[in-house]
Amino acid sequence: MSPSSDLLRRPFKRPLLSDQQRRRDLSLKRQEQSRDSQLHARRVSSALLSLPLEPGASSTEYYSDLHLASEVASKILKGGLEGRKWFQKQLMLPEWMIDVPRRLPQDWFVLARPAGERCLVVSYGGTTVSRRRNGTVLHRFPSALSDGCCRTKAQPSCSILDCIFHEMDQTYYVIDMLCWRDYSLYDCTAEFRFFWLKSKLAETRVCDPPSYYHRYRFSLVPRYTCDLTALHTAYTGAVPYVKDGLMFYNKHAHYQPGITPLALVWKDQNCSKYVVDTNNEGKVPSHQQIVLELQRDGKVTTSDNPPVVFGCLGLDLIQKLGTLQSPYLLRFAIGDGGLTIVDGKLERADLHYLGKSNRARAFADSYSKIMFQSMVRGSSLKIDDLIAAISSSDDGANGPDVEMMDGKKALWKRSVWIVPHSIGSAHHLLLLMTFGSYYILRRIDTFEGANDLPLQPGTADIFFWYISRLLS
Amino acid sequence: MAMEITQYLLAAQSADARVRTEAESNLRQFQEQNLPAFLLSLSVELANSEKPIESRRLAGIVLKNSLDAKDAVTKERLAQQWMAVDIAFKSQIKEMLLLTLASSVREARHTSAQVLAKVASIDIPRKQWPELIAYLLNNMTKGDSSADLKQSTLETLGYVCEEISHHDLGQDEVNSILTAVVQGMNLAENSPEVRLAATKALYNALEFAETNFQNEMERTYIMKMVCETALSKEVEIRQAAFECLASIASTYYDVLEAYMQALFELTSNAVKGDVEAVALQAIEFWSSICDEEIELQEYESADTGDSGHPHSRFIEKSLSYLVPMLLETLLKQEEDVDQDDSIWNISMAGGTCLGLVARTVGDAILPLVMPFVEANIAQPDWRCQEAATLAFGSILEGPTVEKLSVLVHSGLDFLLRLLKDGNNHVKDTTAWTIGRIFEYLHSPAGGFSVISSDNLPKVVEVLLESIKDAPNVAAKVCWAIYKLAEGYEDAGRHSSLFTPYIHRIIESLLFAASRTDVDDSRLRSAAYESLNEVVRCSNIKETSQIIRELLPVILQKLSQTLELQIVSSDDKEKQADLQASLCGVLQVIIQKVSSADDLETRSIILTQADQIMFLFLNVFACRSSTVHEEAMLAIGALAHATGSEFGKYLPDFYKYLEMGLQNFEEYQVCSITVGVVGDVVRALNDKVLPYCDGIMQLLLANLSSEALDRSVKPPIFSVFSDIALSIEENFEKYVPYAVPMMQRAAELCAQMDPNDDELMEYGNQLKCSIFEAYSGILQGFKNSKSEVMLPYAPHLWQFIELVLREQHRDVQLTKALAAVMGDLADVLGTNTKALFGDLKACANFLGECLGSDDDDLKKTATWTQDRIRSILVS
Repeated sequence: MSPSSDLLRRPFKRPLLSDQQRRRDLSLKRQEQSRDSQLHARRVSSALLSLPLEPGASSTEYYSDLHLASEVASKILKGGLEGRKWFQKQLMLPEWMIDVPRRLPQDWFVLARPAGERCLVVSYGGTTVSRRRNGTVLHRFPSALSDGCCRTKAQPSCSILDCIFHEMDQTYYVIDMLCWRDYSLYDCTAEFRFFWLKSKLAETRVCDPPSYYHRYRFSLVPRYTCDLTALHTAYTGAVPYVKDGLMFYNKHAHYQPGITPLALVWKDQNCSKYVVDTNNEGKVPSHQQIVLELQRDGKVTTSDNPPVVFGCLGLDLIQKLGTLQSPYLLRFAIGDGGLTIVDGKLERADLHYLGKSNRARAFADSYSKIMFQSMVRGSSLKIDDLIAAISSSDDGANGPDVEMMDGKKALWKRSVWIVPHSIGSAHHLLLLMTFGSYYILRRIDTFEGANDLPLQPGTADIFFWYISRLLS
Repeated sequence: MAMEITQYLLAAQSADARVRTEAESNLRQFQEQNLPAFLLSLSVELANSEKPIESRRLAGIVLKNSLDAKDAVTKERLAQQWMAVDIAFKSQIKEMLLLTLASSVREARHTSAQVLAKVASIDIPRKQWPELIAYLLNNMTKGDSSADLKQSTLETLGYVCEEISHHDLGQDEVNSILTAVVQGMNLAENSPEVRLAATKALYNALEFAETNFQNEMERTYIMKMVCETALSKEVEIRQAAFECLASIASTYYDVLEAYMQALFELTSNAVKGDVEAVALQAIEFWSSICDEEIELQEYESADTGDSGHPHSRFIEKSLSYLVPMLLETLLKQEEDVDQDDSIWNISMAGGTCLGLVARTVGDAILPLVMPFVEANIAQPDWRCQEAATLAFGSILEGPTVEKLSVLVHSGLDFLLRLLKDGNNHVKDTTAWTIGRIFEYLHSPAGGFSVISSDNLPKVVEVLLESIKDAPNVAAKVCWAIYKLAEGYEDAGRHSSLFTPYIHRIIESLLFAASRTDVDDSRLRSAAYESLNEVVRCSNIKETSQIIRELLPVILQKLSQTLELQIVSSDDKEKQADLQASLCGVLQVIIQKVSSADDLETRSIILTQADQIMFLFLNVFACRSSTVHEEAMLAIGALAHATGSEFGKYLPDFYKYLEMGLQNFEEYQVCSITVGVVGDVVRALNDKVLPYCDGIMQLLLANLSSEALDRSVKPPIFSVFSDIALSIEENFEKYVPYAVPMMQRAAELCAQMDPNDDELMEYGNQLKCSIFEAYSGILQGFKNSKSEVMLPYAPHLWQFIELVLREQHRDVQLTKALAAVMGDLADVLGTNTKALFGDLKACANFLGECLGSDDDDLKKTATWTQDRIRSILVS
């Protein structure tokens, strides 16, 4: 209780700092960071793996899918069978173009597809892994992508690119971007994804020549709005890689894993060496061969969602097959009877069973592929048809593509409640306003009209604020 | 009823340990068997003038300790215990204590005053002793009171005022107490002893007098009495009066305006002419004013504008008188005092106050100080040189970098010369000043530095020469090197500038640490601490080879400590200190190296891990708590560096982990061990499973202990998160124990008094850690058994809502809250749909997070929003 004791000041010339305390604090900081990054890794795995709701899927299915995906996610780096299975489902697969979509020069991009192995490239946790369409690992390597090699021991972060690996020059040609430094682009339009892809790759050293910490070169595949000049350039122009047909992307489509009509592939002999499917010997078989999936009820179907039924196997054949590994993929030839189409729907197919499919196959063929291949053998869609479609397309006069609207409504359904407060959300809103018929969106429409706001990325902030007001 | 306990009380102070222990156990037995009789016996002993003073004194102390304790939990328990004592006993005890106030033995009176205040602190707020104040006041007014009685009564009043709040009494009682105290200071009526007691009582009663200080007339009367007392002819009374003034300066800053002229003269005379004890308090008065004004300025600038409290700018107004007065004190150094950093004399106090003035007024101090510096620094008299250097060193925190940089550029060479040529005092202060120059004016990362590639060679050369000087100078030089290195932390390319010198600096620091010509533990620990900072702030890419070579040297030194001959407890302490320093260096090296980007550098530790761990285990075997702590910290860093490889050390290390977790007395050790558990668990992942039962048991026991310092509890919850993430679904069996603890802690948070800042700060940490625990447990169950957490979701949601409703959250807590909401949705999925039904609160909160400047927070909130959205649409 001495009155002076609490008044005594710190000895002036004694250093204020205790190094021990500093060591303690630094330890605590390190521990906190390690904890954060572990939790972060878990969380980011969900963000990456939760994918757009497929049209028609019920909520329980959605949840169980998500759950399954999350489970695999934690094994994202460990690999294994489950990782493989998960990756099988992640690529957006184009349909084969059997009809020219409307508004091609307005709503679509075109690009010259590099020949090679399509794969997903994931950089995370100090390494980069590329996986083929069937989910198996193609390469595991250091790269200059975010957190893609152990040299950059920064915050864990993840990037995912959709690429084609071109064997000859050992280069990954980037055709799409799903996630960049933890920023998910699944919900963004192709237009925005390509813009982001182009500008982000330019900011990094990803396209630099290979080095010790960056084993493979990455390269951007140029794409153009599909007018006549662009089509001509993609079709005949010189590219540093072997060309394998043309790809078309709908500008407004989100990245949707699985087969989608909003991305298309088209080939002819001039722009691809691989137009007609070949067999194991590299020869074109006399009859078209297809791979179909055997369902429990004996039906054989395509890999589309929903699947297209091509026929039904007899009981004797099923018994002869015995136990099969899942999925049950079988090879068939299409006989002289061919495919009978009535009113645009497959009525009958003249199927001849050939045998089990190659073990490396993960999927059956898609309907559009079978149709395209069938057409290539007969009356295929020619480059002139594409040119004609572009020339005859009258800007804006046709109105929104009806088919597209149906496809996208399903995609947008999930975005209605809470619109993410991001640049991508402006694009959501743009689309929703063009096509949407929801109450809230009409309100936004009014809001937009009354306030004369330009529709651009920054608009998202204002809309977000407005929607939260509407919801509250 | 009272028992005869004199013999036990005397025996308890015996030199013979056996006798002492037996007496202590007898007393304890008595206390446990019959507490009221025991307390009464103590008070009777204290009151009995025929008993020896030794037993009376101890009786008083034991009685006091039966009523009060430092830590809040015990204090509350003792208060309850006293409340339960029978009223008849209590009355007798109080009577004995009041009687003792009149004793002729000073020590008995003093002890009794202390005990009375403790009783009052329990009984007065509960209205259990309404007659005490009247009784004490009567002691002061009745005619036959002795000076002794008045003195001890005033002392009691002071202590009582310190213990209780003025709200516990009626205003008339408060007024009467202050009147009695202030009258006691009256020169004409009282003896010096009474006046001293009254002045000290006033000091203790200053906060209690809050209402009276708001009344101008009463305030002026009190101030007048204090100022008069400050002129008493007795030194001790003057000193006590100045202590009152210094305390008034901080407690009642906003009403001082009217008295400042008088106070300036009073303090100025004291600083110039009074004895040191008084002068120190007079300087303290100005230091307190500076503290207040600095706080007002910081508060104001943070709050932009109206702070509610007036800033009277006393320092600014009196600057031209105040600074010369303080400068004069710097010339009053003591000759040949031992160069002890903790020395407190008038020149130190003057320098401290000068530093505070500089912080208060900034650039305005320079024209007043610099002429003094320039006039004195070149004088042949060491006093002048030292005072000039101290003055310059003191004002480096406050003025703008631009102004100071110019001065340093022209003066640094001179200082470096002084460091070589001056006398010991001058060199000591010069080294300190150079260190402060680095501290405030050398920040390449911040974009400014007085050190360039031009002068760095010279600076290093002089410092490394002076590190061989006398130990006090060498220790200050170590500190200067610490500050020089600190400037290069995170300084990117600038740090390369420092790289060429690191090898030599490390050599010199190692030399200083092992100098045999002096036996100075301060120099040794200063050298090792500087070494730590040099390693920590070096550019690892450029210095990995140097660190690679340093590691075996330190390991060798640590290994030598194990062979030291230990005879006395002094030897033991020396060994422990040395081990603490060396473990500290190892921790820094491990952490530095393991943060490197390239595997080659990281392998420096990986290849030596066996030997390092072997030494740490041996250090533990020497058993000293300080080492325990440092080795523990270093082992945490090692576990982090080695990852799952650490598994092979755990069988040997585990018992020390247990020991650390059970060290409640040194709660720092316990807290660090909790952190190390996290490191180990993260390093080992599911391989830690066999140890989890033991670890969880101890952690849960720690959480439920009242004896453990509360600051350790949040880290324990955080570690739950680490464990759950590592062992995933195996955490299931701990859920029924761990989660209820989290729930109880969450409820505790809800009940905290929002006006208690310190408690709210703790509450924030606790909330953060509870959210972290939930996050870890939820994410741990993500891959399987997520349903385990379903029953706990509603309670978690309640807690989330509680925190959502809070107005002010720090960013850490906001982040943890945003994250745990996402985890809940992520892991429990659609099951939590109903919880997230109230979109408005969520949307508002997440919108707020997304609008923040903190990138991490934005990222987390975006993720959470995405998670919630996916369950809402499904």
